Amino acid sequence: MSLVEVEDLSVAYGAQTVLLRVSMRIEPGEIVTIVGPNGSGKTSLLRAIIGAVTPAKGRIIRAAGLRFGYVPQRLHIDPTLPITVARFLQLPGGVAPADIAKALLEAGVPNLSSRQMSQLSGGQFQRVLLARALIGKPDLLLLDEATQGLDQPGSAAFYRQIEAVRLSTGCAVLMISHELHVVMSASDRVICINGHVCCEGTPAIVANAPEYRALFGTGTGGAFALYQHDHDHDHDHTHEHNEAVE
Amino acid sequence: MLEDFMMRATLAGIGVAFAAAPLGCLVVWRRMAYFGEATAHAAVLGVALSLALSISVFAGAMVVALLMAFTVNILSGRGYAMDTLLGVLAHSSLAFGLVAVSLLSGIRIDLMAYLFGDILAVSRTDLAVIWGGGALVIALIGWRWSPLLTATLNSDLAYASGIDPKREQLVLTLSLAIVVAVAIKVVGVLLIAALLVIPAAAARPLSRTPESMAFVAGAIGGLSAVLGLWAAYFLDTPAGPSIVCIAALIFAGTSILSALQTNI
Repeated sequence: MSLVEVEDLSVAYGAQTVLLRVSMRIEPGEIVTIVGPNGSGKTSLLRAIIGAVTPAKGRIIRAAGLRFGYVPQRLHIDPTLPITVARFLQLPGGVAPADIAKALLEAGVPNLSSRQMSQLSGGQFQRVLLARALIGKPDLLLLDEATQGLDQPGSAAFYRQIEAVRLSTGCAVLMISHELHVVMSASDRVICINGHVCCEGTPAIVANAPEYRALFGTGTGGAFALYQHDHDHDHDHTHEHNEAVE
Repeated sequence: MLEDFMMRATLAGIGVAFAAAPLGCLVVWRRMAYFGEATAHAAVLGVALSLALSISVFAGAMVVALLMAFTVNILSGRGYAMDTLLGVLAHSSLAFGLVAVSLLSGIRIDLMAYLFGDILAVSRTDLAVIWGGGALVIALIGWRWSPLLTATLNSDLAYASGIDPKREQLVLTLSLAIVVAVAIKVVGVLLIAALLVIPAAAARPLSRTPESMAFVAGAIGGLSAVLGLWAAYFLDTPAGPSIVCIAALIFAGTSILSALQTNI
């Protein structure tokens, strides 16, 4: 039984169709990444899955009792709204203090609970968002450009955290990312969309697909090759590879 | 020393301040500060219509305020930014209200009473309406507080938690309409928005959680009502504006206090 089954989904804002006849599914425990150029409808697909946009056509079947953990692309908290990390994690309610401490630990930011949200650094903020997504013990974690605003070591550490969370909780992960080489290394399956599904499969298959190369060129293919090279080595060479990418 | 009418006025002011406090916080957080303005201005139209149809002013104001609330709800998220939308609706509804009043031949309305309120003329029935409506609003907001707060933070986070942000916004606009309708007699159309926004803004530097901000805003609003009426009594100034002046002074005080604290 799939967690989410998207059938023939079209999404339109006014006259503009952003997604056309997209079909996909997410199985329990897998990490699926959506890649695609700007404006390709990646975020709309995620928002349709959580029910924030109404499909123009098609349907989305969610497993009964499915719990989402969602990390949005941007979260702006108005400076007039005072809120501590602990209170933010409690919302919308029914969360025990012990669970808050545990989620912060899992997200890699213990000891933040009494801080104001507005005083957090970009990296801390993203991790608190991750903690909030984890707190409801989700079956499916949705990440929309979750490492935006993090530097490369920060985002690499963030993705390692996601892997660790998947291993410990067994939740499925559906994420959007621009950092192709990182994403390619972490995913079980990659879906490349550009208004429609261009191609889909394991990272190796997608990276070699002509549709993917047409969208991202061979430069990112190179990044993928770099990742494979990375994968051959167990020890930590990331800073050298980072320089090589730049 | 204080007369009976002063007692009723004080109770009325405190009732409106308490009901307005949590709403004012939500309005400030959502950058909908003009919403109170729009709803209140629409209420002028309601007053005019209720006098023309000879129904109760409270009912007329309520109906038009609700219509305004629904209009904003429907139009928001259809291409106009909230502040533009509220600006258009606030000013045009006041204009239509004033024009409608002038067309009512044979009926003389003391428009000033509705624009600036007449808290000193509050009757026992008015008091019951204010506290009844206020209690209803506080119960409604208290019941929906967590979902409302989640939807205020981010609508997609709300959806992911199974909350419908549009429904929560409806709860908020409904409550605002009720508060405006019950408060119109006390502080008047032009000052309702002030009583929503100023205590909440004054409470911000003193608060670390959303809940404490709502409580502190209530306390500041209540204090403004008491001190404002006291000032009006002894200085012979208009009551509604005096209340708002006190609230503004408290806002200045807490702002300066927080500025000093961050500089030390």
